[in-house]
Formats: sequence, structure tokens, C-alpha cells
Amino acid sequence: MKPIAKIIGQRVAFGALTLWIVSLIIFAGVQLLPGDIATELLGQSATPETVAALRKSLGLDVPAYLRYFDWLSSMLHGNFGTALSNGRDIAELIKPRLYNTLLLAASAAAISVPLALVGGIVAALYRNTFVDRAINVVTLASISFPEFFVAYILILFLAVHAGILPSLSDVDSTTSVLDRLIAMALPALTLAVVVMAHMLRMTRTSIINLLGNQYIETARLKGLPEWRVLVRHALPNALAPIATVIVLNLAYLITGVVVVEVVFVYPGLGQLIVDSVQKRDIPVVQACSLIFAATYILLNLTSDVLSIVMNPRLMHPK
Amino acid sequence: MVKGYDYSQLSAVSRRRFLKSAAAAGALAVSSSSGILPAFAQDVIPKKGGHFKIGVGSGSTSDSLDPATYYESFMYIFGHSLNGYLTEMDPNGNLVGELAESWEPSKDAKTWTFQLRKGVEFHNGKSLDADDVIASINHHRGDQSKSGVKDLLKTVQDIRSDGPARVVVSLTEGNVDFPYLMEHYQLAIMPAKDGKADNSGVGCGGYVLDGIDFGVKATAKRFSNYWKPNAAWFDSIEVLAIHDVAARTNALTTGQIHAMDRCDLKTVHLLQRNRGLELTSISGTQHYVFPMFVDVAPFDNVDVRLALKYAINRQQLLDTLLSGYGQLGNDHPIATSNRFFAKNLPQREYDPEKAKFHLKKAGHSDLKVQYHASDAAYTGAVDAAVLYQQDAAKAGITIDVVREPADGYYDNVWMKKPWSANYWGGRPTADWMFSTAYAAGAAWNETHWKNPRFNELLIAARSELADAKRLEMYTEMQGLCRDDGGAIIPVFANYVNAMSTKVGHNKIGSNWDLDSFRCAERWWFTDV
Repeated sequence: MKPIAKIIGQRVAFGALTLWIVSLIIFAGVQLLPGDIATELLGQSATPETVAALRKSLGLDVPAYLRYFDWLSSMLHGNFGTALSNGRDIAELIKPRLYNTLLLAASAAAISVPLALVGGIVAALYRNTFVDRAINVVTLASISFPEFFVAYILILFLAVHAGILPSLSDVDSTTSVLDRLIAMALPALTLAVVVMAHMLRMTRTSIINLLGNQYIETARLKGLPEWRVLVRHALPNALAPIATVIVLNLAYLITGVVVVEVVFVYPGLGQLIVDSVQKRDIPVVQACSLIFAATYILLNLTSDVLSIVMNPRLMHPK
Repeated sequence: MVKGYDYSQLSAVSRRRFLKSAAAAGALAVSSSSGILPAFAQDVIPKKGGHFKIGVGSGSTSDSLDPATYYESFMYIFGHSLNGYLTEMDPNGNLVGELAESWEPSKDAKTWTFQLRKGVEFHNGKSLDADDVIASINHHRGDQSKSGVKDLLKTVQDIRSDGPARVVVSLTEGNVDFPYLMEHYQLAIMPAKDGKADNSGVGCGGYVLDGIDFGVKATAKRFSNYWKPNAAWFDSIEVLAIHDVAARTNALTTGQIHAMDRCDLKTVHLLQRNRGLELTSISGTQHYVFPMFVDVAPFDNVDVRLALKYAINRQQLLDTLLSGYGQLGNDHPIATSNRFFAKNLPQREYDPEKAKFHLKKAGHSDLKVQYHASDAAYTGAVDAAVLYQQDAAKAGITIDVVREPADGYYDNVWMKKPWSANYWGGRPTADWMFSTAYAAGAAWNETHWKNPRFNELLIAARSELADAKRLEMYTEMQGLCRDDGGAIIPVFANYVNAMSTKVGHNKIGSNWDLDSFRCAERWWFTDV
């Protein structure tokens, strides 16, 4: 077997194992939440009588371990089950939300990744000059502000004062592509600002780290211009750590954007999971958590594979 | 016989013409004081058209179209757009008939006969008859019911029809206010299908369900066969769930929505400067409560309770917590707008000396108590507790404020800890409010208060038909609540909403937010 295929196979197996452990943790975790859906759904209007009736009709009186195996086996069959709170099919519930979340993450990545790479290279090229410092200050400031603050600042200038972009990301399945892009512009920008600094700094540092190497010296002695030294000679060797950081940020864009969703009222997965935790709609929480866990594992796998592919020493071990 | 609202005579055009001609004749004062005309402030003709967008601070993915599960304003407002109810609270606080044209009690108020309106059609084309009403009410009754109004309907013994247009309800005990229960936001009238209520979102309200994405938004289009004239002016409506108050405010200022509920009171004075917006502050029945268990020490001593009631600075709470958008509370849950409000009961003031006096009388030189609060009860509940802590310290009372997590608050803290934070929304009648949270044995008697005289009066007043006698009884009950009860009620919070100046409206109802949840039906665009 080729080593790369073997490595990928191993990683996938580990990923599956991790996912199974995560499923156990998720299930145990939601069992530990105080109260259950019956009390949360009824809220202030709960009486012992109505709670008991609701609990029974939802099948919550069955022991936990039986519910776990039941859930796991239906998950393996690709059946997410139905939401406790309103009996809707969870797959149907999640599909449009997941689509929205992925689209937002993709847009934010499409803005931030090229900017971060170019910014990082420029900062490395003009290291320790005014340009480098300006880039550093701007990105560090943007990463230091909490997301909602960045969001409010962007809303204030671009929506309230300039009036060019909407502050509500009102999208649904009938929204056209162009309208969708306009509606998503502010949340995507916010996320891009927040994640850019990390990637940009990593690009800059990785490149600068390599500049002391002898082959860089050789390239310079050949008379190559500095930008060519960076892009052709330093960057390919710096790609592995950069790819890791980019993938980590992508995972964050998918799983950690609840705050931005709330500020822009964007109907993504984050809002769904928060609602479901509040209402103790356990099957939905479990399904969402599992999707998030799978996303992380998958993206980590990708980053591992990418760093192997980009590193000839790992690709062709002796 | 109680007459319902005669909508046909309230044509906006004729009202306007009448107002104009009456004013010309100099007779406006006379005609409006006669009480025939509702107190309308605006002299405009409502117009049809437009797409009305409402942003509300609630709405959850776990919502559903079944009225038995309606929870929070998102579904209440949308529910009032889709559905009709037997009765309706008009903007002046009077109960009028909606789907019921009129109603009549038996002498003991134990049997109620509702005469249904003719010509009412559901969105699926079915005509309203008695079976629909019976099925809709029964939907909330019985052992299988998961409805929040199950408890309210427990005195209903039997519902039967008397011909297609009459519904007869028998109660186990007399209740003069029974028709008021019929305007409850969960008691929507649904079409009957094989004897069961069809809870799929088909109603007989002014708007037909178009689409709903729970926890995100809901849309509806005007129902062309709506029976009520001069209502449901918009071509279509959209209710958006916008939980973050800053996001709601931004959406309104940038014109993405036309109306919002629950303004941020800390910044509302800034919002007021915006000329494109109108702010409405309506004093209603919503109030904040500090309920104590009267059967748990030290609250089992009435003097301790009085000391705590004198130790809270109500005016300060009103000024800081509510920025003045509210009314002072007098330790009873009846709002000033209620017709049985006890006007002669003196307002309780902040008085550390009196608090000390009562504390001493109770045999305490100082007092240390724990108060459990969370913003799940109402926005600012923890701040209110800390303010109270400062006020009470001056009376020698140490309040230990325990901050509780918002998640699961109503399950783990409220009515579990001896002293915790709570709020109550609108209950349109004194009996309803008292029976919900102050009667002995009530499921939500959050103070465990069992005052024999109070409970005796409560039952007597419920079947008393003479208003003067009832006022006397309710006044005494408010006094008992104030001086013996376990609830500290420092403030009543107004419903503070904002809307675009493009939106026209008449007098705004005070039952709930956004014109008692009926904004989609009652408001219109002035610029279409």
C-alpha cells in the first residue's frame, strides 16, 4: 500500500472512533442539562400534570441507555429522527440551515483567505517597515475586538450611515443569488475581519522563519528579486503551517459563528442549536453537535493530508 | 344580553366624515363624550396595500402552528393574524365580540351562551359553526392536553351546541368574567375536521398562512374573504424573529422592518430623536414581582414581609430600570387600567424607618435573606435586585443576591427557592390574575399565600353580577394582597414599541405589545 493511502486510512479510522466517542459525550452531556423539553416548552405555564403528559407523549420516560442505542442505530442508517418540540424531520430542519452556514463560511473564506495570504506576503516582503506595522496593527486590533463589536461597527457605517448594505441577513430558499450575496455581505465581512489576522500573521511568520535558510540565500545570490524569492522559494515550504491555520479557521467559521448569526439574524445552524439547547430538544442538539464534530474531524483530516502532500519528506519517506 | 362590537358601523370613512362634520358643527366634545365613538386621535383614511414587516424579540425553532403550543410574542402575533377568537379586547379595554356576536350568562353565571357571527369563513372555505368552536376549545382540555390554558379551562364542565350558531358552555362554578378567557391568545378558533380541531394553521383571521420558517420568519397574505370590514389592510405581512435588541433597532432605523417590540429602554431616548420613527409607550398589565414563600421563615411573619415591602425604593426602580416607562406598583397585581383598580389604596413608599419598625416588631434587629434572580425573569432583574439590596441595607436588611443561570430558570429556581424574581404579563381581569397566582391551591401560587378572607372574596366576586359590589370586593382583596400577601410588586412595566412613521394606527390596545398583538390587523401604511 502507498504510504499516503495508508495514512489517510488510519486518519479516517481514528476520525470515526473520535466521532463515536463524541457521540457518547454529546449524549451524556445533554442528559446532564437541568430540566427537560417538557418543562422548557411549557416554561412558566408548566404544571406537574401537563409536564407528565408532554413527557410521556415524547417518549422521555424510557431509560437513557436505551434511547442512546436507539439514536445511534438510526444515525447509522442516516435517519436523524424527528424534533421533539414540533415533530418535524430533523434532516429537513437542518438542511437549509447547514446550507446557509456553509455558504456564509465559504463567502467569509473567499474574502479572508486571499486577503490574508497577500497581506502576509506583503508584510513579510516589507518586514519591519511602516507597511508591515500598519498591517500588524490593523489585524491585531480586529482580532482583539469581540465579533459583535466588529459587527456593530460595520452596521453603523455601512448600514445605518451609508445605507448601502442591509443590517438584517434576511435570506430564504427563494432568495436569488445576487440578493443572497448582498444580504450576506455584512456577516461575511465581519467574519472575514475576525479570522483574517490569525491566517495573515501565520503566513508572515512562516515565511520570515524560512528566510534565514541557505537556499533562500542562494536564490538571492542568483539575483532574483525579493518578491520572487518569497513567492517561488519561501512560500511553498511555508504552506503546511499556513494550510493548518486556514483549515482551523474554516472549522471555526462553520461551528463558531452563533454570535454573528444573532447580530445579523442569519438563519444558520448556530441559532438552531442554541434554540434547541434552550428548549432541550435533544435529538436536534445531538444531530447538530454531531455535524459540528464531524466538520472538525473532517477538516483536521484535510489539514493533515495537505501538510503531508506539501512536504516531500513526508510524501516519500525513506 | 351583552352586545358585541358592531363592526359595520365603524367604517373608517364614515367615522372620518362624521368627525369632520361634527367638528364643523362645534359638537365634537359632545359627541365624543357620549362614549359612542372610540377615542381615535388620527384623522386619516386607512389604506389597503403594502408588505408589513414586524420584528419581534422572540421566536424559536421549536415553535409550532398548534395554538396549544403558542409561546411568546412571535407566535402570538402571527397567531392573531391567522386566527379569529370568540371575543376581543378593544383598544379602550372593553371586551367586544369577534367571532361571537353576543353572549349571555345564566343567573348564577354558570352557563354561558355564545351567539356566533354569521358569514365567517375559514381560509379553507369552510363556514364557521358551533362544532368548530367546540372542537377548538376541547383541543385544550382532557388528559392528553399539553396546552398552557388547560388549567384555565378546568372549570369547564361541558360544551355543547344549540343549533349551528350557538355554543353553550357549562361551568362547575359561576364566573362572570368567562367571556374574557375566550380572548386568550391560545384559544384560537380552528375548523373542525372529524370532530377534532385542525391545527395546521388554517384559521379565519385576516391573513392566510403563506410560509413559516420557525424561529426565523413567518409570512401571510390578506384573506380575500375576511369577514371583518376595515381591518387587515396590508397585502401581506411578515413576522421576523430578531432576538438581539440592537439588531431589531438597526433593522427598524434602516427601514428593513416597520415595527418592533421591546425597545431597549436604556437607549430609547436616542431612538426618539429619529424623525422617521414613532415610539409608543402603553401602560398595561405587565409587572415585576418579588414573590416570597409565606410559609417559610423568615417570610412567614407578616412584619418581615412588610419590612421588605417598605425597604424597596420603587421610584428609583422605575427611573433607572425602566427609564420612567412604567407605573409604580402597590404590592398587588391589578393595573391602573383595570376597572376594578383600588384607587383609594395609598401608594406604598420607600421608608427605611418603617421597615426597621416592622423588623423590630417581628423580633429581628437585623435580617439576612437570600434573593434569587436571573434576567430570564425580565431584562434587568439582577440589576433590580442589586438596587434593592442597596435600599434595604439602609433599613438594616442584608439581601444576599444569588445570580441564577437564565437557562432553566423557571424549572429550577422560580417557585423552588423561597424568594425569587418573576414577572407577569397581561391578565385582562382581576379575577383571572388573582386566580392564577394568588388563590389558595392555584398551580402558580408563587407565594404559597392562603388568606381565608381573600379566597372567600375571590369566589364570591367571581359570580357577583353587580359591578359596584365587585369593586368593593376587589378593592378589599387588593388591600389584603398589599398588606398581608407575599408578593412585592414595585413596578408595572409599559409596553414600549417603535414603528415607522409610515405606519398608521388608531388608539393602541394595552393588553400586550404591538396593539395587543393585533398590529397586523389594525394598522396600515399611510404612503401606499
